[in-house]
Amino acid sequence: MSASTTTQGNTAEYQADTNVGKIANFVDTRVGLSPIIKEFGRKIFPDHWSFMFGEVALYCFIILLLSGTFLAFWFDPTMVTTEYTGSYVPMQGVEMSAAYASSLNISFDIRGGLFLRQLHHWAALLFSVAIMVHMARIFFTGAFRRPRELNWVVGCLLFVMALVAGFSGYSLPDDVLSGNGLRIVDGLARSVPLVGAYISMLIFGGEFPGHGIIGRLYIVHVFIVPMIILALVVVHLFMVVVHKHTQFPGPGRTENNVVGFPVGPVYAAKAGGFFFIVFGVLAAIAATVQINAIWNYGPYDPSPVQAGSQPDWYMLWTDGALRIMPGNWPFTWEWDLFGLVTLPMAILLPIVALTVFIIGMFTWPWIERWVTKDNRVHNILDRPRNAPARTGLGVAAMVYYGVLMIAATGDLIATHFHLAVNDVIYLLRFLFFFGPIIAFIITRRVCLALQRKDREIVLHGRETGRVQQLPHGEFIEVHEPLDEYRRYKLVAFEDNQVLPAQQDAKGKVTGSEKLRGRLSRLFFEDRVAPVTPAELDAAHHEHAHDVHELESAGSSSSGH
Amino acid sequence: MKALSQKRRHPLALLALLVCALLLTGGLYAVATTTNQAKAAENYTASDVDEGSKLFISNCSTCHGMNGEGSDSGPSLVGVGAASVDFQVSTGRMPMQMQGPQAQVKPAQFNEEQTRQLAAYVASLGAGPEVPDEESLDVSQGDAANGAKVFLANCAMCHNAAGAGGALTRGKYAPSLMGVDEKQIYEAMQTGPQNMPVFNDANITPDEKRDVITYLKTMENNTDPGGFGLGSLGPVSEGLFIWTIGLLIIIGFAVWLTSRSA
Repeated sequence: MSASTTTQGNTAEYQADTNVGKIANFVDTRVGLSPIIKEFGRKIFPDHWSFMFGEVALYCFIILLLSGTFLAFWFDPTMVTTEYTGSYVPMQGVEMSAAYASSLNISFDIRGGLFLRQLHHWAALLFSVAIMVHMARIFFTGAFRRPRELNWVVGCLLFVMALVAGFSGYSLPDDVLSGNGLRIVDGLARSVPLVGAYISMLIFGGEFPGHGIIGRLYIVHVFIVPMIILALVVVHLFMVVVHKHTQFPGPGRTENNVVGFPVGPVYAAKAGGFFFIVFGVLAAIAATVQINAIWNYGPYDPSPVQAGSQPDWYMLWTDGALRIMPGNWPFTWEWDLFGLVTLPMAILLPIVALTVFIIGMFTWPWIERWVTKDNRVHNILDRPRNAPARTGLGVAAMVYYGVLMIAATGDLIATHFHLAVNDVIYLLRFLFFFGPIIAFIITRRVCLALQRKDREIVLHGRETGRVQQLPHGEFIEVHEPLDEYRRYKLVAFEDNQVLPAQQDAKGKVTGSEKLRGRLSRLFFEDRVAPVTPAELDAAHHEHAHDVHELESAGSSSSGH
Repeated sequence: MKALSQKRRHPLALLALLVCALLLTGGLYAVATTTNQAKAAENYTASDVDEGSKLFISNCSTCHGMNGEGSDSGPSLVGVGAASVDFQVSTGRMPMQMQGPQAQVKPAQFNEEQTRQLAAYVASLGAGPEVPDEESLDVSQGDAANGAKVFLANCAMCHNAAGAGGALTRGKYAPSLMGVDEKQIYEAMQTGPQNMPVFNDANITPDEKRDVITYLKTMENNTDPGGFGLGSLGPVSEGLFIWTIGLLIIIGFAVWLTSRSA
């Protein structure tokens, strides 16, 4: 198109026939979008249900922006004391902050307010669920490997930002539950050695709770964090376009192509439809299932902490880390250094436990690359079973996170399963240290077993369940050989070898290299190799023998 | 009068005056506090006490002693009052099924008449809180907003903001308050059963107790405004919901969308 317009007179300019075409042509000749749409519209996306969670998160974010804008019209982010006069009877005449009063008004007196509040909150929960499931998919399939390491980091930043967005929003209604959450933030800030009290004063504008925190969190929640998330989403998607989508191994799929459907028209229609499906599902949930009944908790008052006080699920793990940390066992955890600094280890150690997880998450692509020394481009995904050590480690991390998350719910577990809350805590303390190790060992073993099963299926085919007798009396089960397409999926994976510690340029084997060698052994020493064509031939030959005997015996066995 | 004035410098005069003053203030206080106390609903007869005594000896004395004086396995019942007995027995907590961190609710072992007789007997052992009358339990006279204030400041720490119950240490727990009888709520506040503190009439006045009951009954009768309430357990049950049902629905649609490609 550009060529025809620059060379004047040679070719007549394109004239559209229809009205829509004329408008489209007018716009295109002014802004020149067609090359971009042409390029983007031909992006190929492979189809797999597990690739959809990033989209779910994106759609949740859009729904959050829409419903949040509605809420912002009526929410009053100030802590001015007021008397509630709305229609919720048990709170009438109670003194509260304007923030809480306006949240109650949104819930009871603004038409559609409660629905949109619930939609906003449910969307926030699904947003963080989708992010986490999406991250798990990326991790377990090895989609973070070169060239996508930086996009993994952007994704991790989005995960952290989702936590900040969720927590700042959870704190806004200024009810007792959200105030309890802020009190923990205050406690965490104060636990910082030397400057803790100053940090707390800076956050809250004076002594907790002060009169400024809701207004500050409001700006964080409606402006700063959404802007950061939006910017990161743009970078994230831009990198997806640049790198192209990954795909599972399959016939015709290589490191240099992408097999799937183009954005236009198939994928755009699917994605657009999926947005409305997610919106519809969330709307249905918001209309039928109650969330965060702020009217139950009452206006914030620093004195009470109610039974069953927990943060939203994505923050549970932070609360859980504090809950399972012993306070005075086996010795007091408040360390006094030379009378100069007090170190409240009962708070600092849980923070360390959380930080270890976050740092491990951000740096994993580099850790794995260091161990495997694999710096190749990977556009074909691993099936989780074909990377047993990584999968085991991923499950161990999930158990670590899960134990901390469940630790925050110890009181509910105790009441609902008729246990002592102390015993629940003791068990969780044990699982905090040993659960990930047990999970790693079991998962790795399960992966290896599944790989062996795959091998077995490739070599001997599918078990049909038909048992037949050979002429010489032996019973065999008839196996049905796999077709080539299915077999390809089971044999096309990388055969990673143990890479022992290497000498460096000076001929020395360094300590870190020895460690790397040991980790490499842990990763790959029990590996199950993919079936080679020679093995396959041998197996087929053996089966052909059985089948031949069966067929030749067919006529004689009919007499029995 | 002369005799009295002559003795005004007697060494014991100060003591006598002190005794008089103490009697007066004590008496006035007693009068003031009893006017604040819920009127007794029951007038027990001697035969009630007698029957109660028999029931007590055959059902309760193993732990609480032949005369309610207590033993190693159960506390003394002298002075616990009729309200305490009515609460423990009518909710089925007593007689206790087994020793444990806390007496469990179970179907009541005694009918109303027997419960009344047991209460009469225990009340006869020593003065204590009495079973509240109808008026103290009449929620139509209560103020739900004040009840909410009292409840959130005093009860929600253990019983949860929505009265859904919560855990205490070592297997003890604060039970759910939904579906609990007005009288039993009142008696629980008055007598502090199991691990519950006593909220006597000086802590929470009878009117405030009625407000609390009114608030709880309002909560019980109001359906959750936002839809299905998920047990009023807050963020944990909401998180569980989105991770199970919510995520399953989304996965279902994702599988459906991507299966239509080939």
